[in-house]
Amino acid sequence: MKMEEELLAIIEKNSRIDLKELAIILGVAEIDVVNTLQKLEEDGVVCGYHTMINWEKTSIEKVTALIEVRVTPQRGQGFDSIAERIYKYPEVQSVYLISGGYDLLVTLEGKTLREVSTFVSDKLSTLDTVLSTATHFILRKYKDHGTILNEKTEDEREIVTP
Amino acid sequence: MRNPVSDAIVGIKPSGIRKFFDIVTEMNDKDVISLGVGEPDFETPWHIRDMGIYSLEKGKTHYTGNTGLIELRKEICNYIKRTQGVSYDPVSETLVTVGGSEAIDIGIRAMCNPGDEVIIPQPSYVSYEPCAILAGAKPVIIDLKEENEFRLTAEELKAAITDKTKVLILPFPNNPTGAIMEKSDLEAIRDVIIENDIYVMSDEIYAELTYKDKHVSIVSLPGMKERTILINGFSKAYAMTGWRLGYACGPAEIIKQMTKIHQFCIMCAPTTSQYAAVEALKNGDSDVAEMRTAYNQRRRFLINAFREMNIKCFEPFGAFYIFPCIKEFGMTSEEFAQRFLAEEKVAAVPGTAFGNSGEGFLRISYAYSIEKLREAMKRFARFAEKLRAEQAK
Repeated sequence: MKMEEELLAIIEKNSRIDLKELAIILGVAEIDVVNTLQKLEEDGVVCGYHTMINWEKTSIEKVTALIEVRVTPQRGQGFDSIAERIYKYPEVQSVYLISGGYDLLVTLEGKTLREVSTFVSDKLSTLDTVLSTATHFILRKYKDHGTILNEKTEDEREIVTP
Repeated sequence: MRNPVSDAIVGIKPSGIRKFFDIVTEMNDKDVISLGVGEPDFETPWHIRDMGIYSLEKGKTHYTGNTGLIELRKEICNYIKRTQGVSYDPVSETLVTVGGSEAIDIGIRAMCNPGDEVIIPQPSYVSYEPCAILAGAKPVIIDLKEENEFRLTAEELKAAITDKTKVLILPFPNNPTGAIMEKSDLEAIRDVIIENDIYVMSDEIYAELTYKDKHVSIVSLPGMKERTILINGFSKAYAMTGWRLGYACGPAEIIKQMTKIHQFCIMCAPTTSQYAAVEALKNGDSDVAEMRTAYNQRRRFLINAFREMNIKCFEPFGAFYIFPCIKEFGMTSEEFAQRFLAEEKVAAVPGTAFGNSGEGFLRISYAYSIEKLREAMKRFARFAEKLRAEQAK
């Protein structure tokens, strides 16, 4: 595996890893790691360092919805401009163009069900190019970003083996 | 009452690992970090487990043929062909066993007459010597040397050969040292093997876990396939230790006799495991590559940690072990391991559990997360400092 690819795989799982340790486990000089990271950031390959939070374990109420949106693509711009109108809302977490039965998949985070439904009925459905929406509320997250939530990891192995 | 047990068995000393295991278990301390495990920390990749489950659902709950599912034997032969360029016949030259361990046992039994000598380079896995003794053969130990990075040299081999020598055990990539034998190392011993007309049992269970070049099997050298039993399995490469599945490939006349023992003792390897193993060989390459990358990162982490502690340690390129030298502390491996456990709560297996030539060394397994290893190395550094301070007094 190329160093860059290996580095990305590591920091995708652990963005807080110490640079010196990163250099050691990749078997390269620390300065190479620093330079590579800087370039990846400048090129927009690395576009943020986020924290994964299991909100269910906090007392903070949050609801996440997946919204299927069917739209009319616009001449000369396809889906881009309608996607932009949607993703500029800060409460919108992600927007994907999807193949199949609908066009855009929008994920939305709100404090309450009402807040999300208000957004859908007032903001999203009323856009000229939106033909229809179907809103799915997430009831429980089992796995997110490759991480299984609420999983106990215990070492099942015998403590010493040949 | 008469003595109920066999003198031969009583004469075999229990594994040094077992003794250390008992000490660690007795401590029963949640804070103990173990670096003593000889199996992957990864779980078996899901698609492989899923295939095992699927086979159960489909009612594949019966014996298979003695030598194993033909589909599996074919996949095994494909694998050796694509990795080593050597062709085996899945029908007459391939046997599916209960782990590599069974293949070691029945291979030695199938090859040795009473009094034949089996050359065993050490430090190495714990079962070769007892298996040889139980087969009525005589184990002849070669003490591998750190200055050779624990590789076997032609001189060492030559010196160990007598007119009774029948089999050489070739345990590389090596547990516990992490040593490998590169192609040139194998070429150097090849002539000695052929000149003296001895057979080789090449235990390549760690073949997929090398960190320099790809593993080269001795069977790929001219003239070696016909005098070698190649042993491998699924435990280490695919993290399938609990499935108990291995195999042996070799000359038909040896495999035939091994199959006889296998047939009477075992009948056949577990069926569920065999179906899962087919999936592993067909679609498991990327899983192996991913695990290998992770092991290599940990390996570099440990090499660096020992370098920073100024503890002598050759760079191992295979398996998932590192074998630091602790001679400077003036203790035996066992004393060191026991004090390290008692004072820093880290369990690492004394090198002597793998033969006398492991004296002065410790086997550190890196089948652990970097987080665990980081904490363990912190404790190691603290312990080394304390011992050096004691010595300075």
